[in-house]
Amino acid sequence: MSIDLKTIKHISKLARISVDQQRAEKLAGDLNSIFDFIEKLNELKTDNVEPLTSIAETTLKLRSDEVKSKNIREQIIKNSPQNNEDYFVVPKVIE
Amino acid sequence: MSDITKQSLTELVENIKNKKLSSTDVTKAFIDRSEKSVELNAYITNDFTSALDKAKKFDQKPNFNLKLPGIPMAVKDLFCTKDIKTTAGSKILNNFVPTYESTVTENIWNEGAILLGKLNCDEFAMGSSNETSFFGNVQSPIDKNLVPGGSSGGSASAVAGQLTPVTIGTDTGGSIRQPASFTGIVGLKPTYGSCSRYGIVAFASSLDQAGPMAQNVKDCALLHEVISSYDPKDSTSIEFKRNHYSKELTNNIKGKKIGIPKEYRVDGMPKEIEDLWQKGIQYIKDCGAETIDISLPNTSYALPTYYIVAPAEASSNLARYDGVKYGFRAKGENLIDMYEKTRSEGFGAEVQRRIMIGTYVLSSGYYDAYYLKAQKVRKLIKNDFDEAYKKVDAILTPSTPSSAFKIGEKTNDPVSMYLNDIFTVPVNLAGLPGISIPAGHDSKGYPLGLQIIGKAFDEQNILNIAYAMEEKINFKNKITDWWIK
Repeated sequence: MSIDLKTIKHISKLARISVDQQRAEKLAGDLNSIFDFIEKLNELKTDNVEPLTSIAETTLKLRSDEVKSKNIREQIIKNSPQNNEDYFVVPKVIE
Repeated sequence: MSDITKQSLTELVENIKNKKLSSTDVTKAFIDRSEKSVELNAYITNDFTSALDKAKKFDQKPNFNLKLPGIPMAVKDLFCTKDIKTTAGSKILNNFVPTYESTVTENIWNEGAILLGKLNCDEFAMGSSNETSFFGNVQSPIDKNLVPGGSSGGSASAVAGQLTPVTIGTDTGGSIRQPASFTGIVGLKPTYGSCSRYGIVAFASSLDQAGPMAQNVKDCALLHEVISSYDPKDSTSIEFKRNHYSKELTNNIKGKKIGIPKEYRVDGMPKEIEDLWQKGIQYIKDCGAETIDISLPNTSYALPTYYIVAPAEASSNLARYDGVKYGFRAKGENLIDMYEKTRSEGFGAEVQRRIMIGTYVLSSGYYDAYYLKAQKVRKLIKNDFDEAYKKVDAILTPSTPSSAFKIGEKTNDPVSMYLNDIFTVPVNLAGLPGISIPAGHDSKGYPLGLQIIGKAFDEQNILNIAYAMEEKINFKNKITDWWIK
């Protein structure tokens, strides 16, 4: 298997990480060697194996639907790079 | 007392309780040594001034019933600490000041301990050498230009270098045990669900666990007893009977059956590691326990499985860093451009690499071939352990396939870096507890560790085995203070 530059560009779009040409070439090389290593899993037959979806074999606990943290609006907004009153501010979205 | 920083946690607690030392004495001693140890680069943020204030306050009104009375402690910078900057070793969180406290650190302060500062780590805990941190690599107290291991490299360096009596790290694929092994200290990765993940910067949620790192097994048991708790704020936290691990610690392991898995004898493993393992087997027998050869047939598939599961979960967890809600933001021409530039400039190379792997294996058309396949193999790996535990009480392996390496030695080859975790990763995939204890030195004088893997929730048993072996091994860490001028 080989991951080409076009695939790298596609994944970087999905991951929302911009990569320039030089970086894309480096990533292609790295990912190819990592996936060569991962391909080892194909040696195993797993048709009748149930996937492990949770390591803790317990059912999730239910709890009553109560508000535990009130009036933390300021705390939530505090670390945002840009805010205005009670809102997060982002670059203009609508033309 | 000039040798305060050489004392174990257990000794410090005793001396504070007996009023031979005050919290201020102890806190001052560790601050003083930390300030002389800047070259190790173990700290990202220090909180020394307020630590001294807290120590003085403790001494004015001491509560000796607490488990960690007035004990100063630095913690890995992956734990959110209220009003203290928490970076996860990343540029993208360089200015992040949590408004809440992680459950694990909360448990520690509730038992009387005092925060010294936040310790360096690989960026988002992704690394095996502490070289991926935005805040620079950490030096090992063992030797100059030697990696302390990772991702809890600052934590390992700080404990081995005596900048903190004990600490906590996190372990997703070996991030407590591997650095503990590299620096000659004890590190425990608890059973998944034992310690709350609330307030820990997430890497791979089905694998992450917090755990103690200490100079000896007893200290490790005491700190584990403090941090392990059921927490409704973490939906995967598990309710089970938690022991008084330090009180119930015993070196009597007579009659215990310890498994020796043949698949851990990997190709190219240095003879020193094999010899260490054989020595470990002899120690087990000297303690009156029995060793049994076992097989964990799918061991060689653990690392490839890990490098699908962990990046997949990481790519989802790290989607939250978008330059909007917190952290670093780059300028962009529009919203999407801002996202892409923020993440490109804010994340380092290793984190980007793992996000890309994770995004790829979860992307349309590849999910079944990679992620589903990995989940199935993960089941087989867990089955191997379940099968083995029908015959044995615990498993003994080396902690790492080699001793610590030089800074820069493996940075250009991600796969060779990943191979460091070959003995630790299966334990995370199966959700089991594992402890690394120092067991000897290689020809260069660098520490080597042995790992004891237990059944789920059987921390007491592996702590006991470690405690019994520790006495026989009688390991002395060779710390020369090379970094202190």
